[in-house]
Amino acid sequence: MSTELAIRLRGVVKRYGAITAVDGLDLDVPLGTCVGLLGPNGAGKSTTMRLLTAQSIADEGELEVLGFRLPDESKAARAECGVVPQLDNLDTTLTVEQNLLVFTHLYRIPRAERREAIERALRMANLVDRRDTRADKLSGGMRRRLLIARALVHRPRLVLMDEPTVGLDPQVRQELWALIDSLRSEGTTILMSTHYIEEAQRLADTVLIMSHGKAVAAGPPSDLVLQHAGREALEVYGPPSRLAEVEAEAGAAGLRTRRTGTSVSILGAEAGNGYAVEGERRPANLEDVFVLLTGEEIA
Amino acid sequence: MTAASAAANVASRARRVGRLDRRALTGVLVREVVNYSSYWRSSTFSSTVEPTIYLLAFGFGFGSIVSQVAGYDYVDFVGTGIVATAVLFSSAFPGMFGTFVKYKFQRTYDAILAAPVDTEEIVTAEALWLATRAAVYGCVPLLVAIAFGLDPTWGMLLVPFIAWISGFGWACFGISIAGFASSFENFNYIVSAVLTPLFLVAGTFFPLDQLPEFLQVLAQLNPLHHCVELVRGAAFGFDGWVDLLHVGALLLFGFAMWRIAIHAMTKKLVD
Repeated sequence: MSTELAIRLRGVVKRYGAITAVDGLDLDVPLGTCVGLLGPNGAGKSTTMRLLTAQSIADEGELEVLGFRLPDESKAARAECGVVPQLDNLDTTLTVEQNLLVFTHLYRIPRAERREAIERALRMANLVDRRDTRADKLSGGMRRRLLIARALVHRPRLVLMDEPTVGLDPQVRQELWALIDSLRSEGTTILMSTHYIEEAQRLADTVLIMSHGKAVAAGPPSDLVLQHAGREALEVYGPPSRLAEVEAEAGAAGLRTRRTGTSVSILGAEAGNGYAVEGERRPANLEDVFVLLTGEEIA
Repeated sequence: MTAASAAANVASRARRVGRLDRRALTGVLVREVVNYSSYWRSSTFSSTVEPTIYLLAFGFGFGSIVSQVAGYDYVDFVGTGIVATAVLFSSAFPGMFGTFVKYKFQRTYDAILAAPVDTEEIVTAEALWLATRAAVYGCVPLLVAIAFGLDPTWGMLLVPFIAWISGFGWACFGISIAGFASSFENFNYIVSAVLTPLFLVAGTFFPLDQLPEFLQVLAQLNPLHHCVELVRGAAFGFDGWVDLLHVGALLLFGFAMWRIAIHAMTKKLVD
């Protein structure tokens, strides 16, 4: 295996009573890359994130973060990790700057470097002129940026982001993508869970598709798409009876399809297999892969 | 194992972060202190005004009927005893409610546990902080009593220390209850069935030697009673080895509650 893994999971199992949230998960995150954990709600993404900070203890399997074995050496690993939680846990009555100040202490930044660490985090998250604003007076997007800044205040080698843009407006989401992308280009290793296909496709070097606590596929997004869904999809619209007909015909021609509400997507449409039908051609995407592999709709 | 990760593991053993690390405790304390700057007014108000009202109501209400109790002026008797009440209010209650709010609504502990801090350090630092607050708030009734005629003595300088030890135990008691509770409603049972009786039968408002024998024996298990006795000792003169036993009881209470609080919160925070 690679000598430079930031995260290495082997056969990790986590059960809650009768429910197996993570079911034999293997995961590699090479240093300097951005890996996306993609899956619907309940796939085990958040549990995986909790396992990586030892807030959940695995029932089986091996976990290594930055070379530290979990859970025993988790504290040393956490010193070099930044975590962006899914649910906002800022101190709401404190100002932006005070929130960062608290974390310079929790992350043990030496006194002489605290000031500069706070300023750098403020600049990175574009919150310099909001430093004296109380957290509960910030907009949703700014609070998210503050959560990210807080996770970066100690220059972590690895950043864990659990659904970093969940519940935000599309516009704010793109703003955050730019921020995450700039981190990535600076060489910070990122593990990000998401159930937004576009987010994974844009930001992740490698995507791991999770379903029911297991990894069902892993690879660069474009490879996964090409391998599982081909190059193009044909989107056929029509009334439900017509859609059923198209599905049957495409199936008979050996093509794979998936329903997307008002249309049927015929995958691998570039091959054709001698079947022709009116429709809109579009590039195949990660969502096609996801639905094919898990049989589940996402988002 | 690869060479790189083996090397990292050697490094990790050298850097294995210890339990109850000073920097982790400092980090949690800083969080508490910075937050305190945003709510100290209401906290100080409730922690000082409430015992003061008790002091005035009992001191002057009862005091008009009974002027002397156990050889002391009644206002002096209550003024010293009520220090324990002030300590209880300013440590057990924030321990219970504050911890539960941070756990359930603010998800503060998820944020802290993502940093190199363990549950044991969170509980310890928060209890240290509450104990320190209780040491200060605990002195307020004494100052009020002095304003109403209690003679200041040098021994009273020990009161903050007595209040601190006592407050540490009660803070840990509150944190334990928050750790075991599944909802806010659970606190009603604790307040009504545990705290109210303990606070009434602590020797604060009336001397315990008038009570039936079994209650007198039970009162020895009440940490508030030990606090009350020690504060009276500090104000009116200590009673030798008996007061050492009181100190021992408070230390034991504090230590036991500290371990229980850590156990309860670890179960709650780490699954």
